[in-house]
Amino acid sequence: MLDERQLLTVLQHGLPLVSRPYATIAEQIGSTEQEVIDHIAQMQQRGDIKRFGVVVRHRKLGYQSNGMVVWDIPDDRVDELGVCFGKFEFVNLSYRRPRRLPDWPYNLFCMIHGHDREDVMRNLAQMIDSCQAGNIPHAILFSTECYKQRGAVYIHDQTAAGHGA
Amino acid sequence: MHPVHSQQQLYRLLNDFQHDFPLSPTPYADMAAKLGMSETELLEWLKALQDEGSISRIGAVFRPNRIGASTLAAMAVPETRLQTVADLISSYPSVNHNYKREHHFNLWFVVTAENETRLESILRDMEQRSGLRVLSLPMEKDYHIDLGFPLQLAGNPHA
Repeated sequence: MLDERQLLTVLQHGLPLVSRPYATIAEQIGSTEQEVIDHIAQMQQRGDIKRFGVVVRHRKLGYQSNGMVVWDIPDDRVDELGVCFGKFEFVNLSYRRPRRLPDWPYNLFCMIHGHDREDVMRNLAQMIDSCQAGNIPHAILFSTECYKQRGAVYIHDQTAAGHGA
Repeated sequence: MHPVHSQQQLYRLLNDFQHDFPLSPTPYADMAAKLGMSETELLEWLKALQDEGSISRIGAVFRPNRIGASTLAAMAVPETRLQTVADLISSYPSVNHNYKREHHFNLWFVVTAENETRLESILRDMEQRSGLRVLSLPMEKDYHIDLGFPLQLAGNPHA
């Protein structure tokens, strides 16, 4: 029987680079190769896995600039604009998040990647134009330093479990 | 040690396999066949790309908050303390992305944990250790379908 939690604990670190990676994972969690494959497919279908494949580091590949664009959108337009912004191929996330007034008025976040700032600004102008967002207050926060970037670790193994508690 | 691969192969490897990675017993052999190389060559190449940092891993991108809990957090850190506080935040295993951004809120990071309770306690711990307030902005709705990251590398015919 496959234990989903055990599978996630192993899977969050990525697939091993061996000929039969699913079999290796199965061995680690006391399951079978077929069960592991089936379960990953199920999680993809359920939408718990958004994407399964090569995870690239865009900065290393020449995409030096990432601009986080934050918008203060009236509540009745946030769904419409969230969907519209999310369709651009240079936008790699479009999330609604809570406002934290008075410090933080923005409720929609988009991440735009580009080779440089000009590239990002051109992309932003295109979004504003084609989604009719000219009157929406927004700000763009460029990243100027990356201190850490790696895959999310949701479940820590025993040795790391106590950190920061 | 690993053989030189064409820019075209690199583009296809990094672009075409960001999603729909084969769920067959021998996924790397299947990928290698499509790229016109041997499985061993591909595995060595992937290892090299991982070592140099171009790819972070092969695997799953989980939908936020479906598995465990996560949040985007921000802090307004005085410039003179920024490196120290950034290092403190990066030292948490629960933090994956941590960036400096141009804004009054100048430190932005993602925290993931097993559940909400654990996430909250990590955020409180960060506030206590830094003496600064942490703004927590969890995702409420996802409007984007993740198709990976479209690359435009030199020599890519689709550029």
